[in-house]
Amino acid sequence: MPSMLTYISRRLLFSIPVILVASFLLFWMVRSTFDPCVKLRASKDVEAVARCETRLHLNDPIPMQYLGWANDAVHGDLGQSSRTNEEVSAMVPRALWYTVQLIFWGVLISAFAAVALGVYSALKQYSVLDYTFTGASFVGLAMPPFWFGLIAIELLAIMPKQWLGLDEPLFYFVGLHSGAEKGFGADYARHLVLPVMTLTVQIIASWSRFQRSSMLDVMSADYVRTARAKGVPRRDVVVHHALRNALVPLVTVMALDIGALFGGLIITETIFSIPGMGQLFVRSLQAGDAEVLVVWTVVTAGFIVVFNLLADVLYGVMDPRVRVT
Amino acid sequence: MSETVSAAEPMLEVSELTVDFPTDDGLLHAVNHVTFGIARGETVGIVGESGSGKSVMSMAIMGLLPKSARVTGSVKFRGQELLGASERDFERIRGSEIAMVFQDALASLNPVHTVGAQVAEAVAIHQELKGSELRNAAIELLDVVGIANPSARFEQYPHEFSGGMRQRAMIAMAIANDPAVLIADEPTTALDVTIQAQVLEVLERIQERTSTSIMLITHDLGVVAGVADSVMVMYAGSQVERGSVEDIFYESRHPYTKGLLASLPRMDRRMNKSDRLHQIEGQPPSLVFLPTGCAFHPRCAFAETPGACDGEVPALRVVGDGHYSACHFADRIGSEEGAMS
Ligand SMILES: Nc1ncnc2c1ncn2[C@@H]1O[C@H](COP(=O)(O)OP(=O)(O)OP(=O)(O)O)[C@@H](O)[C@H]1O
Ligand code: SF4
Ligand SMILES: [Mg+2]
Repeated sequence: MPSMLTYISRRLLFSIPVILVASFLLFWMVRSTFDPCVKLRASKDVEAVARCETRLHLNDPIPMQYLGWANDAVHGDLGQSSRTNEEVSAMVPRALWYTVQLIFWGVLISAFAAVALGVYSALKQYSVLDYTFTGASFVGLAMPPFWFGLIAIELLAIMPKQWLGLDEPLFYFVGLHSGAEKGFGADYARHLVLPVMTLTVQIIASWSRFQRSSMLDVMSADYVRTARAKGVPRRDVVVHHALRNALVPLVTVMALDIGALFGGLIITETIFSIPGMGQLFVRSLQAGDAEVLVVWTVVTAGFIVVFNLLADVLYGVMDPRVRVT
Repeated sequence: MSETVSAAEPMLEVSELTVDFPTDDGLLHAVNHVTFGIARGETVGIVGESGSGKSVMSMAIMGLLPKSARVTGSVKFRGQELLGASERDFERIRGSEIAMVFQDALASLNPVHTVGAQVAEAVAIHQELKGSELRNAAIELLDVVGIANPSARFEQYPHEFSGGMRQRAMIAMAIANDPAVLIADEPTTALDVTIQAQVLEVLERIQERTSTSIMLITHDLGVVAGVADSVMVMYAGSQVERGSVEDIFYESRHPYTKGLLASLPRMDRRMNKSDRLHQIEGQPPSLVFLPTGCAFHPRCAFAETPGACDGEVPALRVVGDGHYSACHFADRIGSEEGAMS
């Protein structure tokens, strides 16, 4: 196991410069696109503008501005939103919490669904259900998520409510809780179903395809034949020998795709009025809210780096051959 | 190995075993009407070029062929028919009664499990052992096959083993339950000569201990000479000659076998500079479009074409006590000692 620890710490060390460089580039891009003092300039209050410019070191070269920003950030000051005047350090974590919930459930469900569908399709290759799943996954991949979301609202919330004459729809499509509700109970679940479906339809489709082909490869591997030659019962051959190997590439793809899920969130959160990172991004962009956008991009980049790191680590954990390199 | 290959009831009886694979070009005839038996404690060497159907034949015996394969004939283990047996019956027999050592040990070991876990699994499937007992049994097996420092090796992964060690680990898994029949598919092909000898020695030692019947597959007649009691020579999926080691090495009655023998480097014959190692001319035939008559006729120096050789498939016939040859001119071949070289 010591080799595993060195492996992980080395990957961890590699990701620090990546984060630093990425945050600098993102900071540079946002600062050269948006003016954080734009609101004050409109007010024609010359003194306030000057104060704002000094506070943010706007007259210094970009690297100095970045150092100033980074120094403040390390001390917990992420600036203020020019849109709402709220502290960015309060806004981003609040939005992040909604997003993390969506991603958590989305990934959990997608992972199980994709593995189940992929393994079934591979073991029953060319069966009716295999063809059905293949067809469904092409539809899922081809359908734009916003369209899928709207159809899902119509078919699963609005129409059943009208037909059955319910007071409330079975699945909600606004926010993650209704009214004063809290916690993770039935109300929460009824709010989650549609947004999580919308968010995951494409990744379930692509992951299950991936798992199917990876499982097919592995089922014809020599070591699976060895297991059968030892008299290992079929179930154990599938789970212990085949699936265990087929998961190695899938887990890597998953970890990389989760970073990319942030894009899908913008659509999902907009359709379902969930005040997460996606919505925050759209609103800040529309308002030219520079301070929020800097933090948003850096946090998003951080997520992608973390999941890349996770992909590497999981790969090392699951495949002993990787650890030596 | 054992001197007395008695007429005892065979452990494994293969008769008229035929395996075809449907391909885009037509049926591929991988194994054609092969018949042979292995007695208790006997070692049968199966020799043939690459693609002659050796692996497919052993996979057919183990019931490990893909569903697309069309298998006919009969494979009896202790009198029980195996062809068409249920997967459940096979699971009981595989690894406990008939075990197999595969050709490519690196690909045949699961890369994500330790060698120890894989050996222990082979034990646990057929024996009621758990925990430290199971672990000790597995470590003992690693020791038996000559892996030094077995308890440390137990924890290692296949990629941390050398080629010879991996092959030994494969053997350890195969002998975990003292099988009655051990099919070793080119267990030494990928290894250098010293390691090769060590691995063969391990097989011999195991056989002495448990009287296992061994089916040793190889394309190297030299390997067979050292360890086998009887030999079966295969060409293009068919059996061309079968007999005792002495029959095959000193009184071969088939041109293909003679060709193989001539390509062996010989210790007992002084080699002149002009003496090149003999190679059989030509390529093995397509198994989809087999040559008419004797499949070997396009490469055979004795072939009479047009005539019997490309007109009629030669039947396997008795040419001596327990010695069979599938050549139209088997009688003549015997008397032309050395004609090929
Ligand atoms: N699943 C399959 N489908 C179609 N053809 C197959 C299949 N498995 C094997 N074959 C063919 O059967 C023939 C015999 O193959 P086999 O592996 O038995 O040869 P071999 O004698 O073991 O050769 P080698 O010494 O290279 O191991 C080959 O032509 C091979 O391509
Ligand atoms: S039958 Fe004819 S072609 Fe075939 S091995 Fe004998 S002599 Fe050669
Ligand atoms: Mg082979």
